[in-house]
Amino acid sequence: MTVTVINIILLCLLVLAALAINQQRNLFAATMLTGIYSLICASLFVCLDAVDVAFTEAAVGAGIATILFLGTLALTGFEEKTKVKVSLPGLFVVLVTGGLLMYGIQDIPLFGDANTPVQTYLAGKYIEDSASEIGVPNLVTSVLASYRGYDTFGETTVIFTAGIGVLMLLGRGNKNKKGLLDEDRS
Amino acid sequence: MEHHLVLRVIARILIPMIMLFALYVQFHGDYGPGGGFQAGVIFAASFILYGLIYGVDRLRDVIHPGLLRSLAAFGVLLYAGVGVAGMLNGSEFLNYNVLATDPVAGQHLGILLIEAGVGITVASTMVILFYAFARP
Repeated sequence: MTVTVINIILLCLLVLAALAINQQRNLFAATMLTGIYSLICASLFVCLDAVDVAFTEAAVGAGIATILFLGTLALTGFEEKTKVKVSLPGLFVVLVTGGLLMYGIQDIPLFGDANTPVQTYLAGKYIEDSASEIGVPNLVTSVLASYRGYDTFGETTVIFTAGIGVLMLLGRGNKNKKGLLDEDRS
Repeated sequence: MEHHLVLRVIARILIPMIMLFALYVQFHGDYGPGGGFQAGVIFAASFILYGLIYGVDRLRDVIHPGLLRSLAAFGVLLYAGVGVAGMLNGSEFLNYNVLATDPVAGQHLGILLIEAGVGITVASTMVILFYAFARP
């Protein structure tokens, strides 16, 4: 019961943060709000007992991503170029996509449903065999690093590739003279 | 950054603790929440904090971008190397059972090594990204 109330409050905060980001014209404030959004997400993951995911969300979403956004803003500018024109084809596409997504939600299994293929097929095997096969107390680690080692290898390669991509696009960085906090934001 | 005295003092206290916490998350990932990915990000955060407070130039003196590029590649190679070591010992790619005499000990060794690989790659890639985006 308590968890349900906390979940509802957190989800409401999530929606509020998303609306605030959408309304915000100052990109510095919007970046801070995305950090808050990630932090609320991390709290939600904690409520769902997914502490590993919450950890990642807090470190990457609220931490590194915010810093990278700020670094980008320092290069580009802190004010959004205001554009009041409403694009009708864009609105149409958004409405159709949203409608399709809402339609698709009907086929998604209920929250916490025990009879979904995810719960019945492999999860039980992992829970039963992990202690004897892997011997690592954290089940998430044994699934991530051993049972699903290929996937994690792929993810590591993706991160490496992303780093190479950024290096190729933005070059190897110029010879910087100052830190981010040094410049005056007038 | 001469006038931000509070930031500089706090950063100097925090950076070693962040690094220690990253190592804890890295090597305690088998027992509690955490693992290579999270540890890598936290470790990178300590370098990024240093760069934010003391300037990117001084961070470049601490850790050279070329070294970071090599480390990012080394992490992936370490991960792949563990997989190939499993093949050389007569099993499948990324099967850790054959890495030691006892399958469970092999699993422990394999997980430790691949998590280290993930941590090294993630940490160095995050600092590479910071270098690329930091204001010139």
